[in-house]
Amino acid sequence: MTSAQIEIQLIASLVAIACALPGTFLVLRKMAMISDAISHSILPGIVLGFFITQDLNSPLLIVLAALTGVVTVMLVEFIQRTKLVKEDTAIGLVFPALFSIGVIMIAKNANDVHLDIDAVLLGELAFAPFDRLVAGGTDLGPKSLWVIGSILLISVSLLLLFFKELKLSTFDKGLAATLGFSPVILHYGLMTVSSVTIVGAFDAVGAVLVVALIIAPAASAYLLTDDLRKMLILSCCFGVFAAISGYWMANLLDASIAGSMSTMLGLLFLLVYLFAPNRGVISVLVRQRRQRLEVALLVFLLHLQNHEEPEERHVKHLQEHINWQKVQSERVLNLATNNNLIKITDGVIDLTGKGRQFTAEALNYITINKETAIEDLKEQFFLFRG
Amino acid sequence: MQLSDFFTDYTLRTITLGTAILGAICGMLGSFAVLRKQSLLGDAISHAALPGIALAFIITGVKDRNLILIGALISGLVGAFWIKGIVKHTRLKSDTALGLILSLFFGFGMLLLTFIQKMPNANQAGLDKYLFGQAATLVEQDVWVMAVVTGVSLFVLLLFWKELKLLLFDADYTKTLGFNTQFLDILITSFIVIAIVLGLQTVGVVLMSAMLLAPAAAARQWTNNLAKMVALASMFGALSGVVGTGISASQSNLSTGPVIVLVAASFVMFSFVFAPNRGLLARAIRFRRNRKDLNLKKTLTFMHHIVRNHENISHPHSIRILNNFHGFTLKTLSVLEQRQFIRIEGDQWSMTEEGFTEATSIYDQLGQTDD
Repeated sequence: MTSAQIEIQLIASLVAIACALPGTFLVLRKMAMISDAISHSILPGIVLGFFITQDLNSPLLIVLAALTGVVTVMLVEFIQRTKLVKEDTAIGLVFPALFSIGVIMIAKNANDVHLDIDAVLLGELAFAPFDRLVAGGTDLGPKSLWVIGSILLISVSLLLLFFKELKLSTFDKGLAATLGFSPVILHYGLMTVSSVTIVGAFDAVGAVLVVALIIAPAASAYLLTDDLRKMLILSCCFGVFAAISGYWMANLLDASIAGSMSTMLGLLFLLVYLFAPNRGVISVLVRQRRQRLEVALLVFLLHLQNHEEPEERHVKHLQEHINWQKVQSERVLNLATNNNLIKITDGVIDLTGKGRQFTAEALNYITINKETAIEDLKEQFFLFRG
Repeated sequence: MQLSDFFTDYTLRTITLGTAILGAICGMLGSFAVLRKQSLLGDAISHAALPGIALAFIITGVKDRNLILIGALISGLVGAFWIKGIVKHTRLKSDTALGLILSLFFGFGMLLLTFIQKMPNANQAGLDKYLFGQAATLVEQDVWVMAVVTGVSLFVLLLFWKELKLLLFDADYTKTLGFNTQFLDILITSFIVIAIVLGLQTVGVVLMSAMLLAPAAAARQWTNNLAKMVALASMFGALSGVVGTGISASQSNLSTGPVIVLVAASFVMFSFVFAPNRGLLARAIRFRRNRKDLNLKKTLTFMHHIVRNHENISHPHSIRILNNFHGFTLKTLSVLEQRQFIRIEGDQWSMTEEGFTEATSIYDQLGQTDD
């Protein structure tokens, strides 16, 4: 590996971590799309800053652009407060307008500005190592490494300082307000940090892919854990993994680094989405299927309990009476037999003692407890394990 | 540029017609997106279409407009239904799902585009025009495609009008009535995706969502009637297309997409402020009027309070015993006199029969006759 390659991977990893931290809170607070809005609407701020400073890494530009981001949030909230449109419409109205202003500003001054709209949207990490910070004749490394490094330092220290407050206000806004933590200050604090991070990162990965780095690691982590600390750590790990593996994939395909970083994030999310224990699609579908079978079993047992006459309890009769498909009735019958809840003599089904007791208690649970407290009951009878 | 250029200049006429039709179909379908609280779906889908554009080129190797549109359509649909899947099957909320699909698909699309650029046989120039759109590339054939799609979607919309209307306002009720809500949902989502894909070439991936939202959001302010809203939104959309194209053609270096979006945004702003009933201005006026009315009632009830202990309710009292705390100003007094609730003679006032009845009825409305 050359030093430029190491530097690129370092920058990419730092950007990923810096994005994952506010991203976690944005996802939990259901404000993920705000990051999309900010990442687009900072464009006029960046263009304005660039006119003044002529340097994409200057602190003034970052401050100006971040300010535009905060203004976006305020504008969105103002429109939401008027109640003229739904909240997501407010987001969708504000950022394209601001972005358009930015595009027009660039187009009108295309001749004297070295600011390419593609570069703003897509970023180019590969060139980052060439723009170096030189102080007093010594080379201190790439400028963007310093920029994103200091942003990361600030957001990590803010996170450590206000972790408790952030956690509380994210999960219980009302309680946080009653305890005297101002939700408004925390909200705008988070928005400011997000804005600054997005501005710092856009140069490296571009406006749209910042959104991928903010949302995707946090969303993947949210499907794997219930613990805020673990979620933060996991999303940082996912971000770094995507940064490094994305870099090598880009190297291999000779394509955009940012694009392959978010492709890696996409693959990662797809894996988690499908296979996450408890919350992944597959396990959700399996659980739903099992619950459907369990409900069918209960209906079947209650039917048996209610009918003394043999013709109502005949195996053949089952299908037409409860109106089940053949496969379904066979599965229910097998489950009940395997659990020793019924016995079949000459095609007529009888509840066993265990079956009677189970049905009675289950009925009891359903009529008395509205909650689905039936899980304990299943444990008690060693049910549904085979 | 002169106004007559719209009719004589072939290119300009094509572009204007194209953007007008695009605005109309976006306004029409956007109304449904806005009312279904799916405003940002358009943003997500337009980004999600990018990998389809690139893949269509990679697979076929030719830059055929229609093939690329079909590619965009497929990947837009995949994106839209994956969003629905995420919201339905996991605990991630719709905003996260939208952001995920938007950024991940777009990132993958960028990867493919940069990959294509480095391909040896690349005659790919122009694929990236889908990012920002270039209205100037519209040709007559595109306009025809747009017109046909608009006609078809209008027809389907009218065919399922009552079902869609019901679905918008009460989805559960629609289901209990036995309508296939899933089918209706897929129908409307698919048409939204089609409209977006059509617009990509003109206004581009990033600004497409505004095309969908802005006309509908503006139209919503003027009416509470769905049919009127859809019609108004199409009109606003078409108008922003025409005006935007006009402005951008009149100056050099002014790309059409952003200008159209800004025109649409100014329609929204105008509607927010000036719409009757819902608009901010109308609301402020109503607020002031209510406050004045309240002050008037307060003064009247205070007078009633003084008067009711007297045998003769028209016994004159000094104005001095009223005070500002009860919302009394000289203007309120004159209004009260105008309505003949009180009579004023010099610095004395006396209540009339009507005033007494009015004040009593105010107390009755409040549900308390004694304070």
